Amino acid sequence: MSNGQPMSKGTRVTVATTWLDGCSGCHMSFLDMDERLVDLAEQIDIVYSPFVDAKELPEQVDLGILEGSISNEEDLHKAREFRARCKVLLSLGDCAVNGNVPAMRNPFKLDDVIERAYRDNVDLNPQIPTEGVPRLLATVRPVHGVVDVDIFVPGCPPQADAIHYVLTELIAGRTPDPSQVTRFGA
Amino acid sequence: MPIRAQQPNVSVVTLNIDGQDLSARADETIIEVCRENKIPIPSLCWMDGLSVVGACRLCVVEVDGGPRLQAACATRVREGMSVQTNTDKLQRYRRTLVELLFAERNHVCSVCVSNGHCELQWLAQKCGVDHVRMPYRNTGYSVDSSHEMFRVDHNRCVLCTRCVRVCDEIEGAHTWDVMGRGSGCQVVTDLAKPWGESDSCTSCGKCVQVCPTGALVKQGTSVGEMVKDQQFLSILARRRSNR
Repeated sequence: MSNGQPMSKGTRVTVATTWLDGCSGCHMSFLDMDERLVDLAEQIDIVYSPFVDAKELPEQVDLGILEGSISNEEDLHKAREFRARCKVLLSLGDCAVNGNVPAMRNPFKLDDVIERAYRDNVDLNPQIPTEGVPRLLATVRPVHGVVDVDIFVPGCPPQADAIHYVLTELIAGRTPDPSQVTRFGA
Repeated sequence: MPIRAQQPNVSVVTLNIDGQDLSARADETIIEVCRENKIPIPSLCWMDGLSVVGACRLCVVEVDGGPRLQAACATRVREGMSVQTNTDKLQRYRRTLVELLFAERNHVCSVCVSNGHCELQWLAQKCGVDHVRMPYRNTGYSVDSSHEMFRVDHNRCVLCTRCVRVCDEIEGAHTWDVMGRGSGCQVVTDLAKPWGESDSCTSCGKCVQVCPTGALVKQGTSVGEMVKDQQFLSILARRRSNR
């Protein structure tokens, strides 16, 4: 990654992305790269993402991009799967980097949070969902709280320019310094 | 350090900061000389015009190659002194200090009224804090909105005590003080009464303006709307010290 060699010789860099507990705004900011996406598409292959149809994360991916924090068991599973299969893992946006808004429930007990969301403020047929939804974790954590992360790109969301800078640096085989282009809350 | 009238016959010393030979008044501190010479040192509790507490330790520097780091705000210059302000070790320490501030309380920049105008946020960016390596404490702190004009959110407080000092030293009201120890430490108004019930507060708002984060803010501000004006302080301090 930092050896000055392009991430993938000859062939295109494979990229996988997914959203965990976030608002999908970071992915929207990715799309805000606008016409630069055309150039980018010649250098990268998006092999798994909400942007594409692929249903399975391939066994080996060059770059994994995670948006959102680790709030439930599915987030945890996805983060571990990404870490196992991606050579470089990137936390995109404040939720992934520091927990941000999803983590604001952390000072409260999980039971109180669920009561508040599904009973206290509901007028009609209040009930706590249990089927077909992943169980919430007691504490919301940033991605690097559960797996090792290589690159951190804070921002809520990070600006398209910041994402473009980070991606082009990575594709060229350099280690980007995101603090130059973005910050917490940017 | 009280603000004193300038001494007419103060001596001058020469010192070296980051390889630059500089001269300074003997009664100046390292941080004052650095600020005059545009040598950037991060700081949080230090503020031109207020007394020095040396609490945040962000301005630590290496003096004469010694192992003990010194707070630039609380160390006077000396003849022949050699100062390093930005070594790898100092950068590492500063980064850790800023991360600990983020880990201790709940600084959620994206929904903060001070987003984009916050000294802690700038410091994090300047010190290369792109994530916090230690686990967050996730303890909730109280918010006091009882004052008709201002609000204190202890979740955002970094205990720099600028509010305590400006209220005591500039306004002369001493409404603010500090209560408790460790992670339970908090700034309080009038022996921990709600701010709105304070008898001593003059509602001058100086504490709000000097607060580096979104801890002390004006009521009615939304995300990113709280812009602070700290110019009044150096003007007042200068006028007083010239008397």
